[in-house]
Formats: sequence, structure tokens, C-alpha cells
Amino acid sequence: MSALAVTPVLVPLVTVVATSLTQHQPRLQQALSYGGVLLFLGCALALVGGAAVDQPAQAVFGGWGVPFGIEFLVDRTGAALVLITALMGAASLLFLASDADPGPRHPLLLPLIHGVLAGVGGSFATADLFNLYVWFEVMLICSVGLFALGGRPDQLDATFKYFVLNLFGTLLLLMAVGMVYAVTGHLNYGAIAQAMPEVPHGVATLVTAGLVLAFLIKAGAFPMFAWLPASYHTLPAPVLALFAGLLTKVGVYAVLRTLGDTMASSSQLLYEALGWIAAATMLLGVLGAAYHWDMRRILAFHIISQIGYILLGIALGSEAGNAATLFYTLHHIVVKANLFLIAAIIWRLTGSYDLRHIGGLYRLRPALGVLFLIPALSLVGIPPLSGFWAKLLVLQEAIAQGRVAWTAVALLVSVLTLYSMMKIWMEAFWKPHPDATWRMPVSTRLLPAWLATIGLALVTLCIGLYPQWLLDYSIAAAQTLGGR
Amino acid sequence: MIWLLAITVWVTVSAGAYLALSRDVFRCVLGLAILGAAANLVLFAAGRLGPALPAVVPLGDEVLGSAANPLPQALVLTAIVIGFALVCFSLALVLRLIQRTGIDDALELRQAEPQPTDPVKPPYAGEGFDPVWPGSAPGKGGST
Repeated sequence: MSALAVTPVLVPLVTVVATSLTQHQPRLQQALSYGGVLLFLGCALALVGGAAVDQPAQAVFGGWGVPFGIEFLVDRTGAALVLITALMGAASLLFLASDADPGPRHPLLLPLIHGVLAGVGGSFATADLFNLYVWFEVMLICSVGLFALGGRPDQLDATFKYFVLNLFGTLLLLMAVGMVYAVTGHLNYGAIAQAMPEVPHGVATLVTAGLVLAFLIKAGAFPMFAWLPASYHTLPAPVLALFAGLLTKVGVYAVLRTLGDTMASSSQLLYEALGWIAAATMLLGVLGAAYHWDMRRILAFHIISQIGYILLGIALGSEAGNAATLFYTLHHIVVKANLFLIAAIIWRLTGSYDLRHIGGLYRLRPALGVLFLIPALSLVGIPPLSGFWAKLLVLQEAIAQGRVAWTAVALLVSVLTLYSMMKIWMEAFWKPHPDATWRMPVSTRLLPAWLATIGLALVTLCIGLYPQWLLDYSIAAAQTLGGR
Repeated sequence: MIWLLAITVWVTVSAGAYLALSRDVFRCVLGLAILGAAANLVLFAAGRLGPALPAVVPLGDEVLGSAANPLPQALVLTAIVIGFALVCFSLALVLRLIQRTGIDDALELRQAEPQPTDPVKPPYAGEGFDPVWPGSAPGKGGST
């Protein structure tokens, strides 16, 4: 029993309460919010430190003992994701202090952001299926709150679409959790993993398929991704970066927990199906991106496309595949959030997200052009950036298993990703501005935005130049999962 | 008894799915609320139906004899509370949406979509776009 195991939930929740109570004192609220996220970061580092030496933080509630009480267990996988969650929270809150598309300053903005962090942290920390459902609901209610906070008609429209499709996924998840309980008699991950091989084959496949389907809706996989591009672009940039980095990855993590850990005894059919879903997700996501000219819409479609790669790692159903998935997820959260943040800086300097109405930034801000290329080329997978190693790990395992079709799709999608990223770079930075009278805004407050984006770019570079420590960590994490 | 519950779940899911697929945004969220009720029934049935005795160990005994399974009841209670909050939020959201946009038809709700005047993308089919939906009179559109 260690109190550290509940900190991914406790710290953000306390911050939610503290920032809600100080709504009318913006400065105090701001200070409490920074304090909360720094404490969260510290606790996450302690969790990783514990998990890395095989002493995962564990807490069981209610005095029931392990398989019956609600358990929080932060193993290597969970700890790394909690750490990256805290990092993303810190980057978004820092970015919020700049004037690059922060949206209207509603007094409930900070409490809701910390609420999302609590939901995400709880999902990564818990070891109980029903508890996972509860954290998904916490995430859902806080995120629809953030969508609706602006109150513009397009934001309300986006809220409605996001809410309806996600609520449908949540209800499916609730039913599937009920089914898992019905066939195994357990909700604890470890107990499910032990009980699952005893369940008749057909029933187990059906139940697992229902659960994975619910998680795939949350992850934004083909063909259930419609909620994502329909809503994300209406958010203010710091919140958008947080969502883009974290929310879909929680769905992916849940799939990893299910097919890579607790229900790894599932039939090969499910892995095969997941592989084709992953290939379709990659391809359709990137094609959707190629069609758009709004930077936020392009990047939103690339979230979907990259989810395909991550799911492909799980579909390979091996330890190396799971390790690749974890590596890819960690790299991708940083890169994706950073791209959205840099897009917001571009918006601040040029006044539009639409690539057809902007240009000429390279002459005025060459540093921004280089900064954009770091996450953009990492997303494509150009060596020596972090995305190269992530893709290499996934594709190496795919080829080792003889999955030629999936590998070919993945490589094709990389080329199309390069096209999209170069489209943004050529249009926003290289081509002259279409309006000859355009001048950059004179006074901007972009220092916090620069700090946040450069910090995230440094993380990307660090993973890219020294991948071995993260790779070792991911492989060790995959070994502690109950994969095949 | 379990079959009665199964049929109830089936009817509830059908009704919920029918309403959730409606173009009227109010009906859509009400349909989701009904689907939530169906999910709760499934969760309840997951604990097996059987004895209806409360799960209390009698004084002097050490083990719980034949009693109802308390865990699904706790789960359903949690799910009801969460579902209730979400229904309240969704009703407020839909009300605000209709007030702000004056639209209650999910197909016409395109505020967050690319503008139809955008020259590079294929435009939204526009006012004259009136698909004939199955089960509706031709030319009238499906104004369910």
C-alpha cells in the first residue's frame, strides 16, 4: 500500500477543488494551478523512479484485499504515461500564459483542465476495469465542459457531435464491462487475466471484441473516428494541444491493457482484425489530412493516422510489438501537442489557420520554421528524430512477423504524412504572403509559447538522439505486461 | 426471469438506438439516456439473478449464505449517478445549442464544418439538397 499510487488522481483533483474555490482571484488561481501541475510532475517522476526498479506503487481500497478491492497499480507502462501526462499539462498551462490563441479566459477553464488531467491520470493508474470506466467518464465530462466553455455556435455544434459519439462509446464500454464481469466474475486486471483462459473460446472472443470496440471509439480508430475531426478544431490552442496529445492515447492505452495484457489469451482473429483496422486508420486519416487547408484540421486528421501506427504495434501481439506501441505513444504525445502549439504561434503571427491566407514567415521568423520542422519531421519519421525510432520498432516487428501488407501501408502513409507536413511548411513559411500589405503584429506576448514549444522540441530531440534508454524502458515495460 | 430481463434490454436498446439515430437533437440525447438505462440493466444482469436476500452476514455466522450479489448493485448505482449527470449536461447543451443557432436538425447543424462557399472543397449541396429518406414521403425530406 503506497499513497504514491493515488497521486495521479489525487493531486489534479485537489487542484480542481483549489482552483474552483479561487475562481474570483485569477492570480491566486493561476498560482495554484501551476503549483498543482508541478506537484503532479514531481509525483509522476517518483512513480517512474519506483516502477523502473520493479517497485510499482500499489494501493488497494476498502480493506478487501487484492482481487476484490479497487486497486491502483502504477507499473512501468502506467508510470511513463502519467509522467508524459504531467509534462503535457505543464506545457499547456505554460502556453496558456501567452497570447497565442488562448480563447476567452473563463474562470472554470483551469479547474476543467485539471479535471481532464485527473481523468487521464486515473485511467493510467487504475487496475480495475469499472474504475477505468469511471475515469473515462471524468475525462468525458471535463472535456465537453472545455468544448462548451467558449459558447460560440460552432463550438456548441462541435460539443454536441463530440458528446453524442463519445457517450455512445462510453455506454458500449459500460455494457462490455458488465459482460466481462459476467463471464469472469472479476473486474481487477490481474484477476481477469487469470480467469480469461478458462472462459469458453467463443464467449471470450465476443466479450473482448465488445470491450476493444468501445476503446477503439475512444481512440479514434477507423471507422469510428468521425467525432475527432468534427470537433477538435474549435478548441482554443492550449486545450487543443492537451486533447490531441492525451485523450485518444488513453483509448489506445486501454486497448494495450486489454489485448496486450489482461486478455492476451484472446483469439488470433481479434489481432488480425485490429491489424486491418490499424492499416485503414492510417490510410484514411492521412488522406483526410491531404484534403484540408486549415492547419488544425490537417493536424487533427494526422492524430487519427498516427493512432493507426500505435494500434499496429498492439495488433502484432508480441512483446516487441507492445514495447514499440509504448515507445510510439510516448513520442507521439509530445510531437502532436507541439505541432498544435506551433500552429497557434503561426496563427498569432499571421492571423489565420488557413494555409491559403498566410505565408512568408520564414523570412521574418526563420527560427520558427526550424522549430516547426523538428516535430513535423519527427511525425513523418525522418532519422534521427524520435519518430524514426518509433516507426522502425513497429515496422521491424511487422516485417519479422511477415506482415508485408501492413508494412507497405505504413510506409506509404509515411510518404503522405511528409506531403502534409511539407504542405504546411511550404505554405506557411516558404511562399510569399498572398496579401502584400500584410505586416506581422507589433506587440505579442509569445515568450511562454516559445518556452513551451522549445521545451517539447528538446524532448523530441532527446528521444531521437538517445533512444536507447527509452527503448530499454519500453522493453522492460512490455515484459511486465502479460503479453504473449 | 433472466429472459424477461433480456427482452427488456432488447426493447430498451432498440428504443434508445431508434431515438439516438433521430435527426432531432433533443430526441438524440434522450435516446442516449435510454441506451444508458439499457446498459445499467445489462450491468445488473451480469451479477446473475437469484436470491433477493440482502447481502448481510447474520450475527454469529462467518460466511454469507444465499444472498443477492451486492457488487453489480454498487456498479449500477455508480453508473446511474454518472448517467444522470451526463443527461442533465446534454439537455442543457442541446437547449443552448438550439437557442444559439436556431437549428434542431442534426443534418443542418454544420457550424463546425468547412464553409459551403469554400472554393477548393466540394461545396455542401446547399438549400436544394433534400434527400429522400426511407419511410418518408418523397420530396418532403425525412423530418422525423
